[in-house]
Amino acid sequence: MKVRAQIGMVLNLDKCIGCHTCSVTCKNVWTSREGMEYAWFNNVETKPGIGYPKEWENQEKWNGGWVRSKNGKLEPKQGGKRRILANIFANPDLPDIDDYYEPFDFDYQHLHRAGESKHQPVARPRSLISGQRMEKIEWGPNWEEILGTEFSKRRKDKNFDKVQADIYGQFENTFMMYLPRLCEHCLNPACVASCPSGAIYKREEDGIVLIDQDKCRGWRMCVSGCPYKKIYYNWKTGKSEKCIFCYPRIEVGQPTVCSETCVGRIRYLGVLLYDADKIADAASVPNDQDLYQAQCDIFLDPFNKDVQAAAKREGIPDAWLEAAQQSPVYKMAMEWKVALPLHPEYRTLPMVWYVPPLSPIQTAIESGHVGMNGVIPDLKSLRIPLKYLANLLTAGDEKPVIRALERMLAMRAYKRAQQVEGVKDDEVIAAAGLHDWQVEEMYRVMALANYEDRFVIPTSHTAYAQDAYDMKSGCGFSFGNGCGSSSEVNLFGTKSQTVRQVIPVEIQE
Amino acid sequence: MSFINHLLFGIYPYIALAVFVLGSLIRYDREPYSWKTGSSQMLESKQLRKGSFAFHIGILAILAGHFVGLLTPHQVWDVLGISPATKQLVAMGAGGLFGLICLYGMTILLKRRLHNPRIRATSTRMDIVILVLLYAQLILGLLSIPFSMGHLDGSEMLKLMAWAQNTVTFNAQAASLAIADVGLIYKLHVLLGMTLFLLFPFSRLVHIWSVPVKYMRRNYQVVRQR
Repeated sequence: MKVRAQIGMVLNLDKCIGCHTCSVTCKNVWTSREGMEYAWFNNVETKPGIGYPKEWENQEKWNGGWVRSKNGKLEPKQGGKRRILANIFANPDLPDIDDYYEPFDFDYQHLHRAGESKHQPVARPRSLISGQRMEKIEWGPNWEEILGTEFSKRRKDKNFDKVQADIYGQFENTFMMYLPRLCEHCLNPACVASCPSGAIYKREEDGIVLIDQDKCRGWRMCVSGCPYKKIYYNWKTGKSEKCIFCYPRIEVGQPTVCSETCVGRIRYLGVLLYDADKIADAASVPNDQDLYQAQCDIFLDPFNKDVQAAAKREGIPDAWLEAAQQSPVYKMAMEWKVALPLHPEYRTLPMVWYVPPLSPIQTAIESGHVGMNGVIPDLKSLRIPLKYLANLLTAGDEKPVIRALERMLAMRAYKRAQQVEGVKDDEVIAAAGLHDWQVEEMYRVMALANYEDRFVIPTSHTAYAQDAYDMKSGCGFSFGNGCGSSSEVNLFGTKSQTVRQVIPVEIQE
Repeated sequence: MSFINHLLFGIYPYIALAVFVLGSLIRYDREPYSWKTGSSQMLESKQLRKGSFAFHIGILAILAGHFVGLLTPHQVWDVLGISPATKQLVAMGAGGLFGLICLYGMTILLKRRLHNPRIRATSTRMDIVILVLLYAQLILGLLSIPFSMGHLDGSEMLKLMAWAQNTVTFNAQAASLAIADVGLIYKLHVLLGMTLFLLFPFSRLVHIWSVPVKYMRRNYQVVRQR
């Protein structure tokens, strides 16, 4: 047993209101630079939809993630090492900028400068890459917002596999949910495996996956290797960039920007302990639908004495073990089993998990359409098809999704009986396999969702940080060559990263 | 004339090679963030896929050919029983074939770089300069093939080999003497070649140093300890 710790995340989709605050605050902090306008380390998709970049879930098209070969070994779906190197001159699986969207801005100055005319002046869009006029914006970072575009296009959503999808195009049967997405900081990351330079790495102490910007050479294999398409090639610097899990904040015990600013309070951060020796076996179980359970099996119980002793031998500080015991992520994923991984079938063992959304059921009950099964509605008559959620979260296995939804419904029924009718309804929670103390804790963490219950981050790394002295007066991240690279002239002809260089189109007066 | 000849073929190569080596080292050490392939595939994929593969295969084969052909002492060829005439024919054939493959690829890439609005806008001046120079060098190289038809005995080639081998063994005098009376087209080709070495550290060509051979021996997963 080799114990490692990771800060994991859970997103409670039941409470996501799709406000994009996470995306916007993340963008303002990390990707508001030229070269990265198109990149959203965090984005919120409306499902069903093909998403961003287009059809990212369709691995027949993009070849992301891993495949299990006949001998039981894993290999990146885009090919093993030899094939990756053979494709190094031109990557056949690389998405184009148009698969994300061409970044644009509007000529706002025209509104100020336009002369007198018959018609109202307008601010027309122009490309932020070529600087040229864009006559029509064809696609954007959130084109499918609240079921935008025709159903026939959104129908391509991979999660419709084995779902009789066509009826969901009808107005009466339509359904939607939000899916905020970020890097999964996987236990078995395909991006790391695909990087020919070895520039991408997983940090041992907290599991955050980062790209070493000085080692990245821009071979761009990580972009196609990642099945979640959460690595972005910066066309200006020629380096790939990705969600850094706000590691400078995590290191001082603060939540990531997306979590901190989430107005729906849907995000949870906490420590998970896992057995690093079992990663390879867990990721290569033969059956896709066993991957969820296999991943659960490598998580370690932080209350177990053997685990604690083994963790100490690995040098994991006590503060981390305590945090692991209070971890809301462990509780939701392992104790209550309400959180599920996103697309475990990619075999990357993702570490950002999701609580499936519930709300459409309640609406349906109120209008009397849903068959009741005691107090708990019949989950078969959900507005969001169970199969759709299962395709998204458990490789198509409906049982874990049903268990999660039932438990959340049971919690609601129990609290309703308790607070409205003054009755203790133990039957309903027993049917869902919960104890009353568990339900009370679930209620506290998931319904009330106070700050200190959502974010249990060991103030790091203070436990690790005795050697901060030699970091004093460091310049942190700079765009190359030390702290003082403010001069415009660069011997090696690289573009200045702090100056926008795309020339705007001439405005005809 | 002999002074200029010595300056261009006896001294300039050392300046160019010194800048090539030291410039690369300094850039690698001081500006690792700028060390990259500079791929623009994401902005335009179709043309790149057509051009890039042919260009790279062609140019790598040509580079290897020049390296082996110029720097292997002629005694070795004698021992192997390969006469200068045969060697020249092989060089012309192989060089011509890969040159044409490379020309096909680079024509697509050059057109793309100059005419695709996205690529043009995001190119640095050096991106364009180096591509144009490589293109010119390739055309010079291909043009030298018909000239070589004129002397199939391999004598010109032996002079160029002597120049290259004397240069790398630091016999500048002998080197410039050896190349003094070869044809103008070869001299231009050599001169532009040296200039490419000179510009190498300041261009995206530095990614040649970073061929990811270590990847084959590496574990798939990389975990960094504190």
